[in-house]
Amino acid sequence: MNRDKFEPLILGFACNWCAYAGADLAGVSRFQYPPNMRIIRVMCSGRVDPTFVLKAFASGADGVFIGGCHPGDCHYIEGNYKARRRYELLKKMLPQYGIESERLRLEWISASEGARFAEVVMDFINVIKELGALGKRQDQ
Amino acid sequence: MAKLKLGLYWAASCGGCDVAVLDTNEKILDIAQIADLVFWPIALDFKYHHVEAMEDKAIDVCLFNGAVRSSEQERIARLLRAKSKTMVAFGSCACFGGIPALANFTNRAEIMERAYVEAPSNDNLDRTFPRIQTEVAEGELELPELYDTVLTLAQVVDVEYFVPGCPPPVDLILKIVDALATNSLPPPGAVIASEKTLCDECDRKKEEKMISKIYRSHEIIPDPERCLLEQGILCMGPATRGGCGARCIKVNMPCRGCFGPPAGVVDQGAKLVSAIASIYQAKNDEDIARMVEEIVDPAGTFYRFGLADSILKRKRLQKLESGG
Repeated sequence: MNRDKFEPLILGFACNWCAYAGADLAGVSRFQYPPNMRIIRVMCSGRVDPTFVLKAFASGADGVFIGGCHPGDCHYIEGNYKARRRYELLKKMLPQYGIESERLRLEWISASEGARFAEVVMDFINVIKELGALGKRQDQ
Repeated sequence: MAKLKLGLYWAASCGGCDVAVLDTNEKILDIAQIADLVFWPIALDFKYHHVEAMEDKAIDVCLFNGAVRSSEQERIARLLRAKSKTMVAFGSCACFGGIPALANFTNRAEIMERAYVEAPSNDNLDRTFPRIQTEVAEGELELPELYDTVLTLAQVVDVEYFVPGCPPPVDLILKIVDALATNSLPPPGAVIASEKTLCDECDRKKEEKMISKIYRSHEIIPDPERCLLEQGILCMGPATRGGCGARCIKVNMPCRGCFGPPAGVVDQGAKLVSAIASIYQAKNDEDIARMVEEIVDPAGTFYRFGLADSILKRKRLQKLESGG
């Protein structure tokens, strides 16, 4: 890959009820953001097993994004709180693996926040561009 | 029936697995009745060239303990694989990397620096390091190469059975010996332990799993009846395979995860992050920050025995990546 034109590969998990609907709204409202993120819809941000995050990094993702409902808005009452706690623990653990904690991001995005969705994704892409490629791991 | 030919080997391990074989006490005589030991470096005076001289598949069963982290260990793993009909990863280090695999959070250069320069008892101003080849008057001397990454046995050669544990408990050792003697081994790939988690088999009183403080072992004297996790002690039971007989739990110590992930789990540590984060009662920034602070060394705690076998396997090797 050309080093000057590094296009990061980002895996995004978006909850069905808020963030994914937000992404949808961003789409129908034609808010533009670069195509670096591949989104997987999950029923709840609480469904995002830390295994998924580690697997994404091991498989060559440069960043992992998790989008959930705002606190208090979770369709399953407290899935997003669990997601938040897992996320914070992972943020502490990733540097032990030599992976910058900024490569993982959790954001609360409601179904009505299409513009915000485009904004945070764009910002995240820029953060990852700044950090550079994580790349495939040597030993795999 | 001709006697079974049994080989034992230790790679990157502490010797505890070999001792566990002796812990079978008088049963060791039964083992000696059904099997001839053809190779066991810790106890018997066979050399590598004796193994090299054997015909392929001459050894019926090889119990291989320890992880693989040097060129010598890799060579012997391959040699024993060629000479053995059945290869058993014996103990947590051979199965998942075990304690030696915590070295995967660092690398060879850092390990050498620490061991030969930084350690307080060293006096090494000349920075003398062991070298693979050294010229002396009598000729060239050779040492095995230490690897950057600690590997599990199955990452180096094909393995038929896995016997986890640090060390494997006597009843599991006898179980595999028994299966060998009666020719009733499970299908290859099987883990000789329980299919359930340790929590499933633990007979402590379990109520609701909700904690709001995590204690380290020295900070609390746990109630011997109640679930340790519910008392705020990091116990790896929820994501650790059972079959160990809850040895640690019975002496009021939390599980440290030596039996590795239960059936169906890929990454033991990730599941533990998930489990602990789920039961910790914290919704605001302050409480969550406290939780994160109380888990002092998440990777070291959740991957204490399983790092080499985990999804990420090791810390990123920055230099290699930019060089390659």
